[in-house]
Amino acid sequence: MAEEKNDNNEKKAGTGVVENFKEDIKSLKSEMLGKAKEQVEGLKDPTKTQIFTSIFRHKHDDTPRNRALGVLSNVFLHLHPAKINRDAVRYSYTWGMGGITFYLFIVLTFTGVLLMFYYHPTKVQAFRDILYLEHDVPFGGLLRNMHRWAAHLMVIAVELHMLRVFLTGSYKKPREFNWNVGVILLVLTLLLSFTGYLLPDDQLGFWAVTVGTNMARATPMLGHEGPFGPELHMTPYNDVRFGLLGGSIVDANALLRAYIWHCIGIPIIAAIFMIVHFWRVRKDGGISGPAPVVLESEVKEPRR
Amino acid sequence: MDWSQLWEIASAPDNVPIVAIIPLLAFYLWLAWRQASANDRLIEQLAADPALAKTHHRKTWPFKPGWQKEIHVWPFLLRVEFLAAIIVTIILMVWSITLNAPLEEPANPNLTMNPAKAPWYFLGLQEMLVYFDPWIAGVVMPTLIIIGLMVIPYIDPNPLGAGYYTLKQRRFAIATFCFGFVVLWVSMIVIGTFIRGPGWMWFWPGQTWDHNKLIYEVNIDLHELLNRFLPSALQITSTWAKGIFGALVVGGYFAVGGLVVHHLFKRFHLKDYQRMSFLQYNTLMMLLLLMISLPIKMALRLVLQIKYVWVTPWFNV
Repeated sequence: MAEEKNDNNEKKAGTGVVENFKEDIKSLKSEMLGKAKEQVEGLKDPTKTQIFTSIFRHKHDDTPRNRALGVLSNVFLHLHPAKINRDAVRYSYTWGMGGITFYLFIVLTFTGVLLMFYYHPTKVQAFRDILYLEHDVPFGGLLRNMHRWAAHLMVIAVELHMLRVFLTGSYKKPREFNWNVGVILLVLTLLLSFTGYLLPDDQLGFWAVTVGTNMARATPMLGHEGPFGPELHMTPYNDVRFGLLGGSIVDANALLRAYIWHCIGIPIIAAIFMIVHFWRVRKDGGISGPAPVVLESEVKEPRR
Repeated sequence: MDWSQLWEIASAPDNVPIVAIIPLLAFYLWLAWRQASANDRLIEQLAADPALAKTHHRKTWPFKPGWQKEIHVWPFLLRVEFLAAIIVTIILMVWSITLNAPLEEPANPNLTMNPAKAPWYFLGLQEMLVYFDPWIAGVVMPTLIIIGLMVIPYIDPNPLGAGYYTLKQRRFAIATFCFGFVVLWVSMIVIGTFIRGPGWMWFWPGQTWDHNKLIYEVNIDLHELLNRFLPSALQITSTWAKGIFGALVVGGYFAVGGLVVHHLFKRFHLKDYQRMSFLQYNTLMMLLLLMISLPIKMALRLVLQIKYVWVTPWFNV
């Protein structure tokens, strides 16, 4: 429509194009100045800009509603409830070990991915890559150290977490199933650490994994040195140890298998169990306590 | 006293976690015990005073009427989590800067490490290899540990002590778990790390790891020990006799041990006994006896130098 009008103007006043152009330039000064002022005014409160409101879905004034929304409308925080038992934040109750374990898993994933950029799981290169990391890669030594110590720390944190959960009786109804998920996660943590042990391809890892997997020879029925193994035609070339190592000795295939289990297989399985673990913490009613003490006389005995 | 040997073991980078876990475990056990005894005192007080029990908020921490029972996660929990993450990061940073991860020579299948040790968290199982054949120490025991842990919630019928530290309400459960975790699991790891030297021989802390040390020990089987005292007509020599003898000993352990444990359990934990179903009770007994058999076999091996109690052509226990 506007263009049509312009066309009409052009026909009426022969020099219309130039005239209109001049008018636009004149008005530009006042119009744009107004817009710019508006813009600056708008920026004084960045929380009202479209970009901000598109990212954060609610206001941040310090009101109870916003405190709740800050947790509930955030994908990373929404594992938490909006409110918890006032004593549950006491360090002396939870020791923070579950959270620390998860944090260490994140640290390990982060440093692990960085390490993967410098590491080849082959007999020729694996050990040299470690030397390269230690001596040439910027902060490579720090990276490897951090991965190693975080792994050790995670094993300790997992065990202490289990101890705390036991001592507070947190595995009791209705959390029995989540305790089982936790036991599986404990085993997966140990397996993650164990598979990583071989990867530097040094004497320490090699012999630790040799000692460890030699036990698999003795698996009853499935190992060639185990009870009833030979009777079931188990040999070093078809038993469960062969499956673990991809061969009858700890060699190139074992290195590759350890690498894939360590970097892909077990982390994915562990992540799935972690999802269930955290989900169930919430579904089973949040963390178990600190709960009010119950007296012996108050226990209602179920009918037998 | 060879201090440098002791230092060499304690300062090995991969042994730092074990050196760390001992004070950590001691601290957290103390922390738990402190809260448990405070709760136990409260429970005693409330049990003696029913009027107070009706009005008390039932925690050892202060609470006044009008205080909110629940608080916002943002910021009260998140700040704790954030702080924990920062502290862990600082610890990791300092640890990683000051101590290098171990790296030995390239893997060499022709050069055996002596001692060749598993990663520290599996040293308990490796130590078990001294007392049991690999199929028990390496396969059956880990499986039983996992199964044992998993059935805990289903065989513990005690409804008390859910969500707070207590000792008096859960004596048996806590004693059993601490025996399994602290005494068996952790102390086995400590033995495997600090005591076991070349050839997996026993070296006291401070003793030099002598690679040429020889110990002349003749390990015998239980029936051989018995044969020394039996008249020649009753000697246990045939495969059948050995197998039956071993089966009787192992079966006898479970029968007699089971009766003893049953007697004690019924006497001291009658309520729990009454609450348990047939399956629950038998699972508990079975796992308990298997766990107790561990230190018994260790004692047999260390004191009487007995290798096997049950010898068969297929497996030895």
